[in-house]
Amino acid sequence: MDYTWDFKVVADNFPILLRGVWLTVELWAVALVLGLMLGLLISLGPVSGKRWLRIPAIGYVEVFRNTPVLVQLIWFYYAFPIVLGQQLSPITAAIMGLTLNTSAYCAEIFRAGIESIAKGQWEAAKAIGMTRSMALRRVILPQVGKRMLPAFTNRAIELAKVTSLASVLAVHEVMYQGRLLSSTYYRPLEILTVVALVYFVLIYPGSWLSARLERKLALRD
Amino acid sequence: MPQTLIRIRNLHKRFGALEVLKGIDIDVTSGERIAIIGSSGSGKSTLLRCINFMETPTGGTIELDGVTLGTPKNGSPQSERSYSERELCSVRERVGMVFQQFNLFPHMTALENVMEGLLTVKRKPAAEARERAREQLAHVGLSDKADAYPGKLSGGQQQRVAIARALAMEPEVMLFDEPTSSLDPELVGEVLRVIRALAEEGRTMLLVTHELGFAYHYADRVLFLADGLIHEAGTPDEVLKHPREERTRSFLARFTEFTF
Repeated sequence: MDYTWDFKVVADNFPILLRGVWLTVELWAVALVLGLMLGLLISLGPVSGKRWLRIPAIGYVEVFRNTPVLVQLIWFYYAFPIVLGQQLSPITAAIMGLTLNTSAYCAEIFRAGIESIAKGQWEAAKAIGMTRSMALRRVILPQVGKRMLPAFTNRAIELAKVTSLASVLAVHEVMYQGRLLSSTYYRPLEILTVVALVYFVLIYPGSWLSARLERKLALRD
Repeated sequence: MPQTLIRIRNLHKRFGALEVLKGIDIDVTSGERIAIIGSSGSGKSTLLRCINFMETPTGGTIELDGVTLGTPKNGSPQSERSYSERELCSVRERVGMVFQQFNLFPHMTALENVMEGLLTVKRKPAAEARERAREQLAHVGLSDKADAYPGKLSGGQQQRVAIARALAMEPEVMLFDEPTSSLDPELVGEVLRVIRALAEEGRTMLLVTHELGFAYHYADRVLFLADGLIHEAGTPDEVLKHPREERTRSFLARFTEFTF
């Protein structure tokens, strides 16, 4: 290969890339926190034992898990405004798409976690007079949390990766900035390699932590 | 005159096509100790679990202290009844239950397990809940295990904590669902001793058990269930020693080691 690497273009445009990184982290954090909260709420549908709550919740989860994230993001940006009668900013559409998508996966994790707790725990809580919501809060969820940690770490890692799709909505996150710079300076090799590296640096600590956690939890059981 | 605390009339429970309880009538007098026996599948556990609504009856009525629980679903008093969560929670505060599998909360210490209902259901301040929980643990002889997690306790100790947890709510009736059936034989004694002490305090209790010797000595009345009906009922002497029904006799005959 006869190619002279030149990372000067990266150094020159470092502030632009950095702004992109910052936006990526923002997308990631906001969608993760909102997705977790919404996911918990939705997961209560299937475990509520009430049909009118269970069926819509299952439908929601299935729709988001069985369609591509890219389609969802583009739908929220181009299609949803027609229903809404109001244009969404790229970042709002991206956060919405990412949050709802993540919430569907988190709902599944919560549901599986809650259902993995033995029926006897619900019964013991009920037998001392607790309501369902007390039992969930005091008895079930505290036991579920630890079990679900590895699954949530994986979800967080996945979300960090799919934030890159927001670039198609012209959200100025790091992928978008990378593509912009590489087509401006004709240096895709250097720039996109750095972009990939940025993702790796953002994500790897999470993967490492998750693997360690899984091993630790496995040892304890 | 002793009052009727629980009055069960024509109680039915159906799981899909399977009818487990086919019309049970029981009156439980305050202070009475009732042992429920029968082979597996006779409906004895289901009956007990209907009394605190771990299972929802599909027919008949349960009266607690003169109040008939639930409201009929379609107006006619004989129909299936619906029960609000609020009503069931208040019933369960008054009717404690001890499970075969203990079901302690594994993320809480023994003391926290006993405190939990006092904190959340009775909304007691933490200091008071802790003090009352300590008294209950002392009652079952486990003061020294207050800070141990259930995973570190033997089956017998776990069951005693479970009894303390139920007692902490100061229930008017205690339900024991085969409390010693999942214990190693050498641990059965310590749990039965605790239950016996409660019986001697004059607590109202219903006990589903295979410990016929215990039932003989500590129950006022024995109910023998078969096929979802009370097949024979009477004093321990009548039912366990002089059963009239053939079915009762053949059930008892299976307990070869059973001596009084």
